[in-house]
Amino acid sequence: MSEPKLPEIGDVQVPVGPQHPALKEPESFLISLRGEKITAVNIKLGYNHRGIEKACEGRNYIQDMYLLERICGICSHAHSTAYVQAVEEIAGLEIPKRAKYIRTLVAELERIHSHLLWLGVAGHEIGFDTLLMYTWRDREIVLDILAQLTGNRVNYGINTIGGVRRDISKEQIDDVLKALTALEERTKYYIQLATHETTVITRLSKVGMLSHDDAVKLGAVGPTARASGIERDVRRDDPYAAYDELEFKVISTNTNDVYGRTVVRVLELMESYKMSRKALKQLPDGPIAVKAPRRIPAGEAVSRYEAPRGEDMHYVKSNGTDHPERVKVRAPTLANLQSVTKMLEDRYLADLPIVIAAIDPCFSCTDRMIKIADQAAGEKTMTWNELHDYSINWYKKRGIAFK
Amino acid sequence: MTIAETINQEEEISRALVSQFTNLADKIKIQRARRMWAEVTLENFRPTFEYLVNQLGFAAISTITGLDEGENFGIIYHLNRDGAIVFSLKTSVPKTNPKIKTIIQIFPAADIYERELIDLLGIQVEGLPEGRRYPLPDNWPLDQHPLRKDWHPEALSGGGTTNV
Repeated sequence: MSEPKLPEIGDVQVPVGPQHPALKEPESFLISLRGEKITAVNIKLGYNHRGIEKACEGRNYIQDMYLLERICGICSHAHSTAYVQAVEEIAGLEIPKRAKYIRTLVAELERIHSHLLWLGVAGHEIGFDTLLMYTWRDREIVLDILAQLTGNRVNYGINTIGGVRRDISKEQIDDVLKALTALEERTKYYIQLATHETTVITRLSKVGMLSHDDAVKLGAVGPTARASGIERDVRRDDPYAAYDELEFKVISTNTNDVYGRTVVRVLELMESYKMSRKALKQLPDGPIAVKAPRRIPAGEAVSRYEAPRGEDMHYVKSNGTDHPERVKVRAPTLANLQSVTKMLEDRYLADLPIVIAAIDPCFSCTDRMIKIADQAAGEKTMTWNELHDYSINWYKKRGIAFK
Repeated sequence: MTIAETINQEEEISRALVSQFTNLADKIKIQRARRMWAEVTLENFRPTFEYLVNQLGFAAISTITGLDEGENFGIIYHLNRDGAIVFSLKTSVPKTNPKIKTIIQIFPAADIYERELIDLLGIQVEGLPEGRRYPLPDNWPLDQHPLRKDWHPEALSGGGTTNV
């Protein structure tokens, strides 16, 4: 990351991470403190790097789709859609309209579950655990719907190159509509809470400030950017799937703080309900996929997707075989993390958890590699099969038999 | 906005760019609405890049992609204009002298994308200040660049555990 600032005499350095209760995933923030004030932040990323881009080059296009979907457990549909869109563009596939609508519906349902999850985490970080319990309970409604439509709560596997894998039935539509009504009622309550509850407003206002100019300069995306007055949304600016046929409002504010990021997300929930309903109402009839070739002709494409955290970008280069030549992923958190240092500068240490949480970081997305064991240091390595046998034996020893 | 209108915009951008850099005539590809591509030599890269950013409104960068193309490294800068039109400007450097200049004076946030080029491909970025590496761990050997086509996990003394 940016140039490490050396602590000045008298400053205290506090390591937050790579493993720390305030973080949900491993990442290292080395904080320099003068009294309670943060003077410098050094971020070290890469703890979740799994080498997915390299792994993609050794697998075929279909395998890669499932691999890329596993970049992140929250916005998995974002990654698989961004990838298949790029492959479809190179192969010159025009996917059926119905498939576009189903992709859009799953995308909005995913955003709903992601934003509700975030709201709970934010509540937790400010000591408002009731909010966590409420939102995560409500989130189950949308997860059930996703499971019903796709077969999975996360990593939906709905996409395929050329369309989607599952159609949506009349009964399912009714169930989704019912769920949306229930969620909308709950969200109205959260909006009321976010905009009227004094403790929430006081705790979040003027915390984690990121001015409009800084947000532009540091390349912030998604709700983080929109709360600093950057009215930008890939769904509207560079429409994909069925977004060019669904009108919606791009929510933005000028408060530049965590409060703004909260308001943007809860209001976006309402837009997502509206769009999901509209997508179901306009759902065209017809096939859900076209046949895709196994070998993709040589070419390259850039695909963008408005993930719940902001712009997700995939670059795919093909070489005429059934394996891609290169797949590049830029997840939104990598773009937003640059702003965190700015948000924390000269702020109190106690604000750190909520400020980091407010960009809704997803470090798994950001890092994408390989476990290396230093044998000299006594670390053990295992092959996949060894790990498999080890785990079977582990359970056997405890009296749980596997076939 | 209809697709025809955006195409129009892209053609205008293309014309404006060609009028400034005549060597780019017929070399700018509009792959589809909102997707523009061009390739320039390393010496022409900086002026073209700055013209796109300062004059044509491509004021945001999405990321930088590094490619291993055998003899050369390809480097693609994905710029965007008001979040809509993406201009992918490509340049390349020979593997024997893989040096590029940093763009952090223009985009401070590109720092992390340039560090990825250093770690994963072994491209040297001149003018990038000292900093913590990304995304590989601190004890990763400095001469091992996983995204190079000739790299395999066995190249590491500890041996890889994945079947790449």
